[in-house]
Amino acid sequence: MSHTLTVEGLATHFHTRAGVVKAVDGVSFHVDRGEVLGLVGESGSGKTVTGFSLIGLVEPPGRIAAGRILFHGQDITALPEEELRQLRGNRIAMIFQDPMMTLNPVLRIDTQMMETVHAHAKVSNAEARARSRDALGMVGIPSPEERLSAYPHQFSGGMRQRVAIAIALLHRPELIIADEPTTALDVTIQAQILAEVQKLAREHGTALIWITHDLSVVAGLADRIAVMYAGRIVETGAVVDVLDAPLHPYTAGLIGSVPSRNKRGTRLRQIPGMTPQLINLPAGCAFRTRCASATAECEADPPETFPAFGRAVRCFHQQAEAS
Amino acid sequence: MSTTAGIAREETPFRRFTSEFAESPLAVLGLVIVVIVAVLALAAPFITPQNPYDLAQLDIMDGRLAPGSKSMDGLVFWLGTDDQGRDMLSGIIYGLRISLGVGVGSAIIAGVIGSALGLAAAYFGGKVETAIMRLVDLQLSFPAILVALMILAVLGKGVLNVMLALVLVEWARYARTARGAALVERRREYIEAAECLALPRWRLLAFHLLPNCMPPLIVIGTIQIARAITLEATLSFLGLGVPITEPSLGLLIANGYQYMLSGKYWISFYPGIALLVTIIAINLVGDQLRDVLNPRLKR
Amino acid sequence: MTTWIFRRLIQAIFVVLAMTVIVFIGVNVIGDPVEILISPQADQAERARAVIALGLDRPLWEQYGRFLWNAVQGDLGKSFVFNEPALRLIAQRMPATMELAVTAVLLSIVLGIPLGLYAGLRPNSFAGRSIMAGSIFGFSLPSFWVGLMLIMVFAVQLGWLPSTGRGQTATLFGVQWSFLTRDGLAHMLMPALNLSLGNIALVLRLTRAGARENMPMDYVKFARAKGLSPVRVVFVHVMKNITIPIVTVIGLEFGSTVAFAVVTESVFAWPGMGKLIIDSINVLDRPVIVAYLMMIVFLFITINLLVDLLYTVLDPRVRLESRE
Repeated sequence: MSHTLTVEGLATHFHTRAGVVKAVDGVSFHVDRGEVLGLVGESGSGKTVTGFSLIGLVEPPGRIAAGRILFHGQDITALPEEELRQLRGNRIAMIFQDPMMTLNPVLRIDTQMMETVHAHAKVSNAEARARSRDALGMVGIPSPEERLSAYPHQFSGGMRQRVAIAIALLHRPELIIADEPTTALDVTIQAQILAEVQKLAREHGTALIWITHDLSVVAGLADRIAVMYAGRIVETGAVVDVLDAPLHPYTAGLIGSVPSRNKRGTRLRQIPGMTPQLINLPAGCAFRTRCASATAECEADPPETFPAFGRAVRCFHQQAEAS
Repeated sequence: MSTTAGIAREETPFRRFTSEFAESPLAVLGLVIVVIVAVLALAAPFITPQNPYDLAQLDIMDGRLAPGSKSMDGLVFWLGTDDQGRDMLSGIIYGLRISLGVGVGSAIIAGVIGSALGLAAAYFGGKVETAIMRLVDLQLSFPAILVALMILAVLGKGVLNVMLALVLVEWARYARTARGAALVERRREYIEAAECLALPRWRLLAFHLLPNCMPPLIVIGTIQIARAITLEATLSFLGLGVPITEPSLGLLIANGYQYMLSGKYWISFYPGIALLVTIIAINLVGDQLRDVLNPRLKR
Repeated sequence: MTTWIFRRLIQAIFVVLAMTVIVFIGVNVIGDPVEILISPQADQAERARAVIALGLDRPLWEQYGRFLWNAVQGDLGKSFVFNEPALRLIAQRMPATMELAVTAVLLSIVLGIPLGLYAGLRPNSFAGRSIMAGSIFGFSLPSFWVGLMLIMVFAVQLGWLPSTGRGQTATLFGVQWSFLTRDGLAHMLMPALNLSLGNIALVLRLTRAGARENMPMDYVKFARAKGLSPVRVVFVHVMKNITIPIVTVIGLEFGSTVAFAVVTESVFAWPGMGKLIIDSINVLDRPVIVAYLMMIVFLFITINLLVDLLYTVLDPRVRLESRE
C-alpha cells in the first residue's frame, strides 16, 4: 500500500559562511490519506524547514542535501521546478504560521484567491470567483461574496487564517502541510479552526501534516505524532501511545513541562538548557547535554529502534513504559 | 556594555576605530586621495609651476595648448592650457583650493549652526523644538539647488554669498541628525547625572550631550562636504558662484565648455576629473565612516 | 476623505503664503527693493518716480498686501529685458522644461525599476553588485559634468546625437513640443538622460531595497506555495508592494527634477524656464526671478498635494483609514 507521502532520510542543509547548518538531518516519516500527523518540536528543531522541504520551497543558501520525498510513490525532490509548481497549491497545499503576514496586504482577497484557481485550472474568471466564494463559505466566513472584495487588513487574525485555509482548500489537495497555523491566534479561535480543519480533512480524505510546538493541540487533533529534536525525529508513534508512555527522554520532558489539570499541585518539570545550535553539531545524540539519563554511550548516534508496532525511537536509554 | 568595556581595555577605542576603518581597502584609498588633495590644495602656491591668478605670468600666446605642449620659455603644460594661456595643472590645484575651502568652510559653519539648533530642539523640546523642526522640514522639502538659486538671486554672486547659500542649504540636515542623536542620548543616565550636578545648561549641552552625538554628525559632515563641493561647482558652472578672477573647479569646467565642441576637451575634462576624484574619495570615506560609527551595525 | 483633502488644501495654501512672505522679505528687506524692482539703467528721477509708483514709500505690510494682491491676479511684474509680463515669459518656457522633466522621470522608471529589481533579486551576483556600485555614481557625480561628458562622447567624438537645443518641434494644443518629432527626440535624449541620472539611482535603490525587504516575507512564500509562477509572484505580489513607496518618491522628486533642470538646460542650451532663470539672474532681471521662484514654489506644493492623494489611492490601508 502506497502512503500519500513518504519521506525517507530527508536532509536539508544551509550552507552559511559560518558553516553548514543541518536544519533537517535524516528525517523519515509517512502520512496516509485522511490521516493527521503531528510534527512536534521546539522552535529551531527543524520542523518548519521540513515543511518547506516537502513543497520544494527551501531557499538558498538552503538545499535538500539527501533523501527522497515520495508523493504517491513519485520522488518530488527530483522534479523540475515547473512540475513542482503544478503540485504546489494544487495537490499539496500549505498553511503558514502567522495569518497577519501570509496574505499580501495590498491585493484584494478575490485577487489572491482567483490567481490560485487560475494557476492550476483553465477556467473563466466567473468560475474562479465562484470557486473562491464557495471555499470561503466552506471555512465558515459569513457573507463570502462581500468579503471577496475586501483587503486582508479588514479581517481579524482568525478570519485571515480561515482565508488562508480556504486558499489551501481551493483545489481539494491530497496533502496539506499546516505550519503552526493556530499559534498566533486566541485560544477560542484556535479551537474553532482546529475543529474546522479536522472536519474538512476527514470529509475530503486529505492527509494532513500539522507542525506545532503545542502538545495539547496534537493530543486533540493528530492520529500519529513525530517528535523532532535538532533536525531529527527522535520518536514516532500513535498519539495515544506516545503521550501516555513516552520512550525518549526528550518527549517525556516535553510532556512533563505542559501544565495540566491532572498535575495540579505537583511540580512542573522542565528541560534544562536550550535547544542546541545546529551549526557544526557534533555527532551523537543532540539531546545528551540536557538529558538526565545521558551517559558516555550517547556520544555515538543512537540507532532507530522499534519497541512496539508503529513506534520508533532513537535513544540508548528509553524511558520505562510506565513513567 | 560589560563586553565593550572588556574589549576597550585591550585596545583603545581609537585603535579599534582605525582597524575597522582599514577593513575596506577602497575607503583607505579614498582617505589617501583626500589627504593628497588636501595637501595639494594647502601647498598650492609652493608646488604649482605657475601662479594662475598672476596675469603677468600668463601669455595669451600660450592659449589652448594641448596637454604636454611647451610654452615659449620652456615650461611644460602637462594638462594643457586654457584660453588665457593659464597652465591647467596650476589652475586645477588652485581651483581645488577654492572648491575645498568653500566646501569645507560652509560644511563646518553649517555643522556648528545646525548641530546647535538640533541639540537645542532635542534638549528643550516643546515650542522651541516645533519651531526649529518645522523650519528644517520646510528647508528640506525644497531641493538644494533651488534654495541656493533663491539666495544668490537675491544677494548676487560672490564667494561669501555662495558660502552663505551652502550653509543655508546644509544646516537643516545637521539639525535633523543632531536632534535624532540627542533625543536618544538625553534619556541616558549620564545626562541625568549631569543634570543632578546642576551644571549650567550650555555646559551640559556642549560638554556632555554634544560629544556623544558626534559620530552621526561626523558621518553626515563628511558627506555634506562632498555635496557642498558639488553644489559649489554646479553654481560656479552656472556662472552664479565664485568670481572669474579666482576660478574654482566648476568655473574652470564652465570656461572650457565652449571649446569642448571644437575638440579641445582638456580645458573642461581635467578639472572635471579632479572634481570627480575628490568627490568620490570623500564619499568613500564617508560611507566607511558610517559603517564603522553606526552603532546599529555593531554586533 | 473630503475633510482630509480640505485640510491638506488649507495647509498647502498656508505654505504658499509662507513662501510669498519669504520671497517678499528676500526681495524687499534683504535686497534693496529699488535695485531689485527697477531697471539698473534707470536714472535718478525715474527711480524716484518708480519708488512712488511701486508704493515703496508705503509701510511694509501694505507693500506685501499689494504684492500678494497682484500675484493672485497673475501680475508679478514686467521683465526688464523682454519688456513682457514675467509670468507670461515663464509660461512660454514651461512646456520645454516640463517635457524634459517628464521624460527624465519616465526614463528613471523605465531604467531604474528593472535594474533595481534585478539587483534586489540577485544581490550577490556580479551584475547585481555592479548595478549597485554604478548607482553610487548616479548620486555622487556632478550632473553638469556628466552632461558635458555625454556631449563630448556622443556629440563631439561619435557624432551620433545633436549637442544642444530643442531641435525641430511640432505644435500640439498650441504649444511647441520636441517629443513629437524625430529630430526633437534626438535632441531630448541626452538632456533627459542627464537629468534623470540621480533619479535612476534613487528609483533603483528604492526598488532594490523594496525587493530585498519583500522577498523574504511570508506572503511571498505563501504566494509561491499557492503554485503561482515566479513571474506573477515578482511582478504582481512584490511589485505592487514596492510601487507604493516608489510612486511617492518619484512624485516628490518631480519638483526637484524641474528645479534641477536649471543645470541640464544650461549644459544643453535647452530653452526652458531653467535657462531663462539663469539668464535672468545674470542680467539681474528680477521680476522674472521672483516669478520663477513663485511658480516653482506653487508647483512644489501642488505636486506634494497630488502625491498625497495618489498615495491614498494606491495603498488600500491608508485609503480605508482615511475614509473612516
